[in-house]
Amino acid sequence: MFRRYFLPRFIQYLVVLIVGMNMIFFIPRLMPSDPIESRLSQMTAQGQYLDPAAMEGLRESLAELYGLEGSMFEQYAAYWKRLFSGDLGPSFSQFPTPVVELLKSSLPWTVGLLTVNLLLSWIIGTILGAVTAFYPDSKLTKVIEILAMGIRPIPYYIMALALVILFAFVFPIFPMAGGYSMGTKIGFNSRFILDLLRHAFLPLMSLVILGIGGWFLQMRNVASNIVEEGYVEYAEASGLSKTKIILHYIIPNAIMPQLTGLAINIGFIFGGALITEIVFSYPGIGSLLYNAIIAEDYNLIMGINIFSIVAVSTAMFIVDMIYPLLDPRIRYQ
Amino acid sequence: MVRAIKDLFRHDKKFRFGFSIMVFFIIISFVSLFSPYDLSTWNVVPRDLSPSLKYPLGTNSMGQDIFWKATAAVKNSLLLGLIAALVSRIIAIILGLLAGYMGGTVDRVIMTITDSFIIIPLFPLLILVSSILRASLDIFVLGIILGLFGWANDARLLRSQILSIREREFTKTAVLSGMKPTRIIIKEHLPHIIPLIMATVINNIVWVIGMEVTLSVLGLSSLNTPTIGTMIYWAQQYQAVFLEMWHWILTPIVICVVLIISLYFISTSISTYLDPRTRVRMIKGE
Repeated sequence: MFRRYFLPRFIQYLVVLIVGMNMIFFIPRLMPSDPIESRLSQMTAQGQYLDPAAMEGLRESLAELYGLEGSMFEQYAAYWKRLFSGDLGPSFSQFPTPVVELLKSSLPWTVGLLTVNLLLSWIIGTILGAVTAFYPDSKLTKVIEILAMGIRPIPYYIMALALVILFAFVFPIFPMAGGYSMGTKIGFNSRFILDLLRHAFLPLMSLVILGIGGWFLQMRNVASNIVEEGYVEYAEASGLSKTKIILHYIIPNAIMPQLTGLAINIGFIFGGALITEIVFSYPGIGSLLYNAIIAEDYNLIMGINIFSIVAVSTAMFIVDMIYPLLDPRIRYQ
Repeated sequence: MVRAIKDLFRHDKKFRFGFSIMVFFIIISFVSLFSPYDLSTWNVVPRDLSPSLKYPLGTNSMGQDIFWKATAAVKNSLLLGLIAALVSRIIAIILGLLAGYMGGTVDRVIMTITDSFIIIPLFPLLILVSSILRASLDIFVLGIILGLFGWANDARLLRSQILSIREREFTKTAVLSGMKPTRIIIKEHLPHIIPLIMATVINNIVWVIGMEVTLSVLGLSSLNTPTIGTMIYWAQQYQAVFLEMWHWILTPIVICVVLIISLYFISTSISTYLDPRTRVRMIKGE
């Protein structure tokens, strides 16, 4: 069990981390444009005058900040040393706050939003899939199917923008942006929680609408094969109520691929819903990244990259370790 | 190939819908070549006009004709999709075939790297890349970059397909009859994977178009090239929603949604067609 299941997965986990960290290290260095020079030319373009000596000093301190001093090999060693000590350096735009601090304060927002989204869309999609598979000829099934197929490929950004236009501008029911109203005290009271929910509603909607489609289609595919099985026909013939058949015969037999998908997606929660957060200025990791792009905060962009790779692959690894407990086929192997 | 399209067109409503719209968009792309204005310069027509006979979709606050800009946007976005799909297909096909045919250590190494690409969140990485390149990100560079990021899932898919046809009867017949391996791959196996590759091409284009919109909206592409994404970017910059200039903001959004849905419909009907069980059901007239 250990050698056949856990060890290969652990090796895979390490490989993912190594590949990911190397990509983050090498991509900026293989680019034709030099971040230091582009930063400097930006400063001079903004009209700041720098004499050559100051320019040289600035170049050096930028090189140190970016981790770009010394030979490629020295940089590489320093990079790994920094990774192991968990030090992602300071943010430039909010100097000297460490990148790690910024990540810590935005993480709860992202994780909260995405966890609720994942559970909601998973439950709704799974139930819809099972029910429509049981009634394949109903008009409603056809409508749901067309909706699911039509909505699924729409890019997140477009969906979010459409919802903002519709429910925050044309019908101003929900706030346009933010995680909570300005001036509201953060605390555990009903006013704050209500405010929180009101702000989370649209971002959540945009994610859930797009999320349901995938879960629905997968569940429907599996469940429509189950419906044709003998034991379902037998249950129908013996006069069991339809709800009972769906709950006790169809869902349990079609749920395994759904559970696998759920497990995989738990990992991606830590990757963040960047676009959704950006459109709604939701104060999570996505917004942090967006502000980093605007401010050209190179260190913060790198930090978010490193964080999301480590977090997603670690979460996946943990899920992989727990998963055999759920799936009897792997447990008995 | 032609027969498959004819079959699909006759029997599958979704395909008919998607295919007709795609033909329409392709015609639109060619129409853009006859634009009376230079589409990357500003103030060539009066600003802020509502749709009229002379300006079918009105003009925007930058003094550009929205109709002609939209035609160029469709052309550029489709072109971008094709470039990216081409690059990523080349990588996916080479790696998928290598892993599938060589097996053993080669297979294991390639698949471990592929799996890493599947797990690693690529979107922040893409943002890192494009925030460094920013201004030099024209259609070709962006296409190549998106191509370098979008191959992993399909390499895995192709490999599994190769593994299954390699074990089939006709391969053994070909081997026993003394056919050379390269000839078997080209003559016997390639025809089996080409339809699958076509379906992945379309899915990839859908992904690329969505990605372009996302990156452009963040301001991370060459913003004077008209694409669906940059059209939305400029409309947002000028607060088209607050000015209630719906003809400006909704044009790219509607184009994007219709384009993506029709591509998605084409790809799902190709996959249904590839599966012999569902193909029979489809042609029987469901």
